[in-house]
Amino acid sequence: MSECKCKQLEAQVDYNLLDKIIDEEYGGDKENLIMILQAIQKEYNYLPKDALVYLAEKLSLPISHIYEVVTFYASFSLKPRGKHIIQICTGTACHLKGSDKVVKELCSRLKVEPGETTEDGLFTIETVNCVGACALAMVSVVDGKYHPSTNQSEMNKIIEELSQGE
Amino acid sequence: MLSNSKLKSIDDFYKYHNQVKEKIKETENVITVCCGTGCQASGSVEVLEALKEKIKTENIGVKVKPIVKSTGCHGFCSRGPLVILYPEGIYYQQVKLKDVEEIVEKTVKQGELINNLLYKDPLQKEKVSKAEEIPFYARQTRRVLQNIGEIDPFEIDEAIAHGSYQALVKALTSMSPQEVIEEVKKSGLRGLGGAGFPTGLKWQYCSSYPGEKYVICNADEGDPGAFMDRSLLEGDPHRVLEGMLLAAYAIGAKEGYIYIRFEYPLAVKTLHTAIAQARSLGLLGDNILGTDFSFDIKISTGAGAFVCGESTALMASLEGKVGRPRAKYIRSVEKGFRNSPSNLNNVETYANVPSIILKGWEWFAELGTEKSKGTKIFALTGSVNNVGLVEVPMGTSLRTIIYDIGGGTPKNREFKAVQTGGPSGGCIPKEYLDEPVDFERLTSLGSIMGSGGMIVMDQTNCMVDVARYFVHFLVEESCGQCTPCREGLVQMEEILNRITQGEGRLEDIDKLKDLGEVVGGFSLCGLGKSAPNPVLSTLKYFKHEYLEHIEEGFCRSGVCKKLFNFEIDPDKCTGCGLCKRKCPAEAISGEKKSPHKIEQNLCIKCGECYRNCNFDSIKPVPIKK
Ligand SMILES: Cc1cc2nc3c(=O)[nH]c(=O)nc-3n(C[C@H](O)[C@H](O)[C@H](O)COP(=O)(O)O)c2cc1C
Ligand code: FES
Repeated sequence: MSECKCKQLEAQVDYNLLDKIIDEEYGGDKENLIMILQAIQKEYNYLPKDALVYLAEKLSLPISHIYEVVTFYASFSLKPRGKHIIQICTGTACHLKGSDKVVKELCSRLKVEPGETTEDGLFTIETVNCVGACALAMVSVVDGKYHPSTNQSEMNKIIEELSQGE
Repeated sequence: MLSNSKLKSIDDFYKYHNQVKEKIKETENVITVCCGTGCQASGSVEVLEALKEKIKTENIGVKVKPIVKSTGCHGFCSRGPLVILYPEGIYYQQVKLKDVEEIVEKTVKQGELINNLLYKDPLQKEKVSKAEEIPFYARQTRRVLQNIGEIDPFEIDEAIAHGSYQALVKALTSMSPQEVIEEVKKSGLRGLGGAGFPTGLKWQYCSSYPGEKYVICNADEGDPGAFMDRSLLEGDPHRVLEGMLLAAYAIGAKEGYIYIRFEYPLAVKTLHTAIAQARSLGLLGDNILGTDFSFDIKISTGAGAFVCGESTALMASLEGKVGRPRAKYIRSVEKGFRNSPSNLNNVETYANVPSIILKGWEWFAELGTEKSKGTKIFALTGSVNNVGLVEVPMGTSLRTIIYDIGGGTPKNREFKAVQTGGPSGGCIPKEYLDEPVDFERLTSLGSIMGSGGMIVMDQTNCMVDVARYFVHFLVEESCGQCTPCREGLVQMEEILNRITQGEGRLEDIDKLKDLGEVVGGFSLCGLGKSAPNPVLSTLKYFKHEYLEHIEEGFCRSGVCKKLFNFEIDPDKCTGCGLCKRKCPAEAISGEKKSPHKIEQNLCIKCGECYRNCNFDSIKPVPIKK
């Protein structure tokens, strides 16, 4: 059996960097757990297991507590995410313009479920609840950049452009 | 900022205020570019940079070179990017990068208007050149939104020149904490985050408990389709900070927190800057303006959980834990964050406070209805021409908001319902368009005020699907603690899925009602308690749509894919070709100027053609068996 592709995407954790985030930026304070996790995810695009184990030790928290928090909040990912992160808004204004259908079509085209990463590690498809730009529905956020009115054809264009850039 | 050193006394503050006012006066020639989240998505930052560059490098032959600056979100996001030229106030909308050249050449240099950048009213069909002439703005009462679009949110000086922190100074110099509470009580201000609890009363309770206290601002804005709080924080953050300062002074707190959702990166950035600037001027921190009053604010970002907008869940999340609400028999004004007395209010609630203190409760209460005073900001979205933020007096009718300000539904499609209150709210049909909007009226119609999301729906929106959508949303967001919410909502979703797939049964309608009663009656927190509202309100007003799905297997709105086909009416089709261009599946064929046709086996039923047709020629029809 060949090894799962995501293993190859697993990040090497830089403990100095973790120290910096935990101690310097967030004062080693348990109360800042969520923001520390966000900062780590920002670095690695997901939450590497090694980083969580280290974090548990540093904050003297049981690892189960950290997993509880990570799995409770929708924005955390325990799996490496793709090179391009495509977030499609499924808030009410966007839903009414048919964003669920765009998600479905895109996922079936890329052969993933929402929240998953394509086999080549290029795209992660995520849904988000309203990004506050409802006037431009349906909105998607591609690698942090907002795209207004991303209907089916727009989305196809975005995917094609990003694929060609590779 | 004019200065980086702390203002050490009230006198210092007044001096600084006069200085920044002078500075602002000197610079009348200003071009503002809206750089809120919406306008940025439409490319406003590029427009801003190009304008700055062009004006800097070019000899433009006018006496005073205008200053180009960015402002926060005006709330007219569907028309962005917005560029306004002062002192005349010339209002350009949907400005593209390529228009920059012309704006400088024609308008800045020669004072000429550029016709195609002016706003055209969808009803009057006339072009107008100033914001005040646009009904979208003219019919509003912008009290809380007053500074937005005028000030640069990254410059505290502009906020101070526009009156920020004057209410704080007034309170510090001439009011006792109890007098501040009394003023807020008398104003009748109610919580604008959803529940409408009287704000002054909450402050009174909180102030009555001893010990370390906290002032917390709820900027979670989890209600999808709402963006009032985002705009306030992006456009006028100091108004919110000042409101929190006044609350802290009133109840005796030293520490404050703003809990803001991470999905709002620009608002987070604006807040960080605003807090840093307020701190460096000594408006936050120890001994504010040389008085005994000390207060500081920290920012905490949420991580994508709707339930964390609920007050007790929010406080748990602030402590770095999972956000599970707790039962309400212990009140958070007594034991909240860190088990200490905590006062939680919504962004917009705090933003209302400075003017109440500065201008007095009578001024505030002059607007509104008997039990709902002042104004409310609504996020008007969905099928409406002018999508954006609307601030109106409480008691304004739905019709005024949707038609006079919102400009009605696009392409003259038939209005079906307006959804207020997000996942906890309901859908109100056209029979009630003349109802005044306040806390009590909306509740009596089976909806709620909620945080102020107002989503207009037309003939292309299916009410069963809307109910299914919200229930699905809440199934995903339920924290899972209590059984009625966790299990009941799943059952409701299953039934609604079945109906939208054409497998509904007649008894499903009663089952939905029964389940709704149990979930609403016995859930632990507000999420579950209000969860059945979208289902119950659509069952009440749109039962015929449910029945049509169940008995005829037909979705008249063209949403539930298994229950209709799209067809083009050859008598109405002009052959303009728009649908053909919009179709992502290449399922539409036809020659120009002759009726087009949809290939049913290629059609993916995305509805692009249906929503875009200008001639009402595309219709959902029942599938022939
Ligand atoms: C599930 C749920 C989500 C909520 N989300 C928010 C929110 O995003 N923003 C908000 O201000 N209030 C929200 N609330 C209401 C808060 O619990 C609380 O009533 C409010 O923040 C108090 O402030 P106010 O009195 O100024 O309105 C939510 C309530 C529930 C039950
Ligand atoms: S619903 Fe999509 S941005 Fe608000």
